[in-house]
Amino acid sequence: MSPRVLSGILLVLLMAGPLVLPEFHITLLNYIGLYALVALGLVLLTGVGGLTSFGQAAFVGLGAYTTGYLTTAEELPAVLSWFGASPWLTLVAGLLVTLAVAGILGLLTLRLSGHYLPLGTLAWGMSLYFLFGNVSFLGGHTGMTGIPPLSLFGFELRDGRRLYYLIWLILLVAVWMTQNLLDSREGRAIRALKGGGIMAEAMGVDTARSKMVIFLVAAAFAAISGWLYAHMQRFVNPTPFGLHIGIEYLFMAVIGGAGHVWGALVGAGLITVLKQWLQDLLPRVFGASGNFEIIVFGLLMIFVFHRARDGLWPLLARVVPVKRSARAVPSGQPLARRAHPAVGTRLLEVRDAVKKFGGLVANNQMSLEVHAGEILALIGPNGAGKSTLFNLVTGVDPPTSGEVHFLGDRVDGRSSREIARRGMSRTFQHVRLLPAMSVLENVAIGAHQRGSAGVAAAAVHGERGEEARLLAEAARQIERVGLVDAMFDAAGNLALGQQRIVEIARALASDPSLLLLDEPAAGLRYLEKETLAELLRKLRDEGMGILLVEHDMDFVMGLADRVVVMEFGEKIAEGLPEEVQSNPAVIEAYLGGVE
Amino acid sequence: MDIQIALLLAQDGIVNGAIYALLALALVLVFAVTRVIFIPQGEFLAFGALTLASFQAAKVPGTLWLLIGMGIAISIIELASSSRLRGGRRRLTFALGWNLAYPAVLAAIVLLAKPGDWPLVLQVVLALALVVPLGPMIYRLVYQPLASASVLVLLIVSVAVHLALVGLGLLFFGAEGSRTPAFSEASFSLGDVTITGQTLWVIGASLLLIVGLYLFFERSLWGKALRATAINRVGAQLMGISTTQAGKLCFLLAAAIGAMSGILVAPITTIYYDTGFLVGLKGFVAAIVGGMVSYPLAAAGAILVGLLESFSSFWASAFKEVIVFTLIIPVLLWRSMTTRHVEEEEE
Repeated sequence: MSPRVLSGILLVLLMAGPLVLPEFHITLLNYIGLYALVALGLVLLTGVGGLTSFGQAAFVGLGAYTTGYLTTAEELPAVLSWFGASPWLTLVAGLLVTLAVAGILGLLTLRLSGHYLPLGTLAWGMSLYFLFGNVSFLGGHTGMTGIPPLSLFGFELRDGRRLYYLIWLILLVAVWMTQNLLDSREGRAIRALKGGGIMAEAMGVDTARSKMVIFLVAAAFAAISGWLYAHMQRFVNPTPFGLHIGIEYLFMAVIGGAGHVWGALVGAGLITVLKQWLQDLLPRVFGASGNFEIIVFGLLMIFVFHRARDGLWPLLARVVPVKRSARAVPSGQPLARRAHPAVGTRLLEVRDAVKKFGGLVANNQMSLEVHAGEILALIGPNGAGKSTLFNLVTGVDPPTSGEVHFLGDRVDGRSSREIARRGMSRTFQHVRLLPAMSVLENVAIGAHQRGSAGVAAAAVHGERGEEARLLAEAARQIERVGLVDAMFDAAGNLALGQQRIVEIARALASDPSLLLLDEPAAGLRYLEKETLAELLRKLRDEGMGILLVEHDMDFVMGLADRVVVMEFGEKIAEGLPEEVQSNPAVIEAYLGGVE
Repeated sequence: MDIQIALLLAQDGIVNGAIYALLALALVLVFAVTRVIFIPQGEFLAFGALTLASFQAAKVPGTLWLLIGMGIAISIIELASSSRLRGGRRRLTFALGWNLAYPAVLAAIVLLAKPGDWPLVLQVVLALALVVPLGPMIYRLVYQPLASASVLVLLIVSVAVHLALVGLGLLFFGAEGSRTPAFSEASFSLGDVTITGQTLWVIGASLLLIVGLYLFFERSLWGKALRATAINRVGAQLMGISTTQAGKLCFLLAAAIGAMSGILVAPITTIYYDTGFLVGLKGFVAAIVGGMVSYPLAAAGAILVGLLESFSSFWASAFKEVIVFTLIIPVLLWRSMTTRHVEEEEE
């Protein structure tokens, strides 16, 4: 069965729902739809982006309370009065309020390391809940009543059966847009967040922006759900926007499968039905009333994390008989290339760079130059400070003093993203690929800064032309490094040596003038090393500058044009490979001196 | 507001602040050593107070059944895994002793010895004996299998544990709150202000616990091992410190601190099954002031939270919680301005 047929069947079933199902089930399905919309935002935020919010219920509350207030208040301030005219305008108002609040919260917490955001949302979700309950014009703990029903083309969506179609239409559109977004240049940047910011930034991804985007999208989904909720219930009070409900949303996403858009639906469905059932069953079992279902949810959640970290959706997807269509190598117009400097131009100049970590001087008065069309090898014993120098050059860590110039501009102190944009690209000593993504997608991240389509275009797939060109570029680079056969394999399934080659392809996809390779030959077999050396020579002959950190002396000496030797953070020798090899200081550094 | 009210509010704030400080210290401790953001910290407060209240009402506290249940669960897991491990026999005897024999002995005492008639001190000891072991048991059951997971996963799991415990709390103790008798009925007047004996108990016991913790970390080998684990897990492991043992010890301390604060505060405020969460969250706000790593800053933050709470309850009592939890925003802002973004190297 093809995915298209399957989704067609499901869609028909969904459409037929209100015609055959009793009222109770329709109400339940409506709730599932509303919850799934919030959980979908959390899939994007938590499952894909690696950020977490316990405060989504508060965003739902903002959406619901905004429309509740604007449609029921007797005297609106003049500036707001035109919002009260139609619930569709209050949706806009609710989104604006929510996005503004989420934006401020995001600015405060997204920069901080991982756990501050959830803690912030925990506290913030709490305080907003109390605010809803204590502000008199929002009705206090009793809430607001008399919210009008929605109407569409003069057709009042007064009962659940009619609203059902609107809720599920909005949910499916949201799922579609989320899926589109994830399958795009912006989506790859979002998915790269989980791989740690250093790699994404080095590929030119603005990680702060990507985080903000998913945070705002998740908040917007929540606000829309709240708006629908308010017009379905026709009244709002603080209870459904408390912290416990916020936690429940997160449970839905995680139990359903936080990494998959359909996981949101599965999770919302399961938790909603389970809750209904348990709320009936447990008080009878325990002989007392109370929300005992949270005991079961808590235990279920722990169980999921112990036994099925990816949630239920992957387990379900395995059972569903869906055939995957074969994938074709992408083709598209070549991307525009940057103007590369002529052979012999000085690309990189490091001048008297010093880096201190507290009392430790990791780099002391280091200077070196790399020219277009040459391979410079940086060698030295372990702990000599090569990686530190790499970090100074690529903008991961600013130097304590000294200067780094790239293509005539001073770049020390600039972010690695800016430096990458100027035409420097790198690989990592510890491979930083996204193991679950295909080789093609991983390499396409390298071409990130060569595209420009934004989130909105991606969400409706209005950028397919550019996307095809980006993927075609990635495919070309994969072909160039000789990994065509592995193009659609998950990067994590490749051997370590091949993963290093994928990193080189990713770096090449950014069309760099200068390539920085951190131990590219480690873990490669003899023939693979030969092929790699061949590739690097070809790149050099095309005019690219290459800075190579390597331990494998045979590899370096046969390949490099010049060699710089470091020990204890300082340069102890520089010159042609043969000169360096016979330099007594170098021999002493590597073999130890004669006492 | 005159000076008398201000002093009264300050006294209130400091008493609550002392409790928040204890919880904040426990949170920082657990986070530093195990990377677990221990949301259920507050549940131990409620469990400690309500277990004591159950004894006084001559009821069998539900925490006893929880202790027995978790003991049985751990025993089953240990039995299943002992055959695969070296030195399994000794470990197994030890585990079964703590997880089956110990709860059994406690059950015998609670059910047969009528602790309702005991003096308060012994009731407190029994309540602690019942509640504190739940800490390491939770570590064993929930967190130990996830020791290598990311902070985020551990956080979500903590929330799950919190939910399960709150639900169990409702089941065990019902929805109505309890208060326990004061440790001391004495009261002193200091000028216009009356200071109750219980206030002094809370502040004194908090200081004592803090000093005790300080000595533990500075002077004892285990304390140093915990500090080493907090600074560098792998390094500590290489030096022969078992991170599992360190984790259990931390949870033991956290549970003890939580239960003790509950017992201290129960004569002052009515404790409900879900009181712990809100109190624990305020401990969090304090811990975040300390960046989740600094003990003195966390303690200072706790006093700040306590004072802020008591003074805002005077001026704007409805917005007391809003004010306390919004405090976190400027704190986060300050932290995000002063901390250089550090790349997290996990998952």
